[in-house]
Amino acid sequence: MSMSKIVRAAACVLLPFILVFGFYIVMHGHLTPGGGFQGGAVIATGFVLLMAAFSYDSITARLSKSSLTGGETLGLLLFIVTAAVALGLGGTFFGNWLANSGAIFGTPVAFGANPGNLNTAGVIPIMNLAVGIEVLGGLSVILLYMLSGVHEEVA
Amino acid sequence: MVLYNLPFIAAGLLMAFGIAAMLLRRNLIKMIMGLSLVEAGVNLLLVSLGYRAGGIAPIFTNAPRDLMVMPTVQAMTLTNIVIGIATTALLLSFVMVIYRRYGSAEADVVRRLRG
Amino acid sequence: MRVIITAVVVIVLSLAVLSAAAGLDFGSPVHTDMDDYFTGFGQVLTGGNNIVTDVVFDFRGFDTLGEATVLFTAVTGVGLAFRKRKEDEDYEYE
Repeated sequence: MSMSKIVRAAACVLLPFILVFGFYIVMHGHLTPGGGFQGGAVIATGFVLLMAAFSYDSITARLSKSSLTGGETLGLLLFIVTAAVALGLGGTFFGNWLANSGAIFGTPVAFGANPGNLNTAGVIPIMNLAVGIEVLGGLSVILLYMLSGVHEEVA
Repeated sequence: MVLYNLPFIAAGLLMAFGIAAMLLRRNLIKMIMGLSLVEAGVNLLLVSLGYRAGGIAPIFTNAPRDLMVMPTVQAMTLTNIVIGIATTALLLSFVMVIYRRYGSAEADVVRRLRG
Repeated sequence: MRVIITAVVVIVLSLAVLSAAAGLDFGSPVHTDMDDYFTGFGQVLTGGNNIVTDVVFDFRGFDTLGEATVLFTAVTGVGLAFRKRKEDEDYEYE
């Protein structure tokens, strides 16, 4: 039940831009409007575009449910591990153990308006990435499951 | 008269419409639409509670001035949106299972629990 | 009967919300201590320019952990609803 050739070609052209834009929203979550949830939802929208354009069988041949579920679990695990490392370093759970440390993502920031530096905010970019992976996998696998229900109904 | 608290009134009306849709409609999908309306009303209420007159979004990247709206309610709205997506997806999946079992999504037809 | 009960519920709820909204002043919130702290010190404490992201992932991290868990549970529930059934398995659950 795939759509016409024009829709399929347009989906293939649009998909890389949607992925790049979603990744930009995830990685600039601590500087500009956006974050893990929003960027993950944007990337999941790209996958939904593929699901709408192509047939169910050709989607599941490339994009398995187990890999998406694995990505979701990996995101949640990375999120919890990042929060729990602060316990091992003598801080509190969810403590920001990378902020103002001078290491990666650790450049100190003074109060006030600035042009923005990607190498700031401590653990927040890592958590953005983790939550982005989780939301991407979660929303995609929810819609893939619903599409499988519709597919069984039609077939 | 200037309606100075128009956003709160709009949020209350949205919630009232949603609850009316949940109570009056018999179709399960329309009930879920009512639930989504209530969620939208709550989101509007939260965001408008945190508005400060003349404030900008709480982001310091190239910010023109320092007066900002309140960030905590926006974070709670973000939480609410994601939980709303999760519950809506779960409810719609259950409606699909119910439709496959009963051949209908009307609440009058699905009456096995009435005994 | 159903319509009357619905009308009463909706009218009572609308009056409750509207009477609460009548006392509020849009554009000038009253209790702003916590948010003033976040906008004043969040940038120095966490280094992130986006205060909303700072609040979501740092100051209210437990909230986000619960939110991610809710999403994970919802995905598990959807997978259970659409799981592959065996040939002889009907939709009866008794």
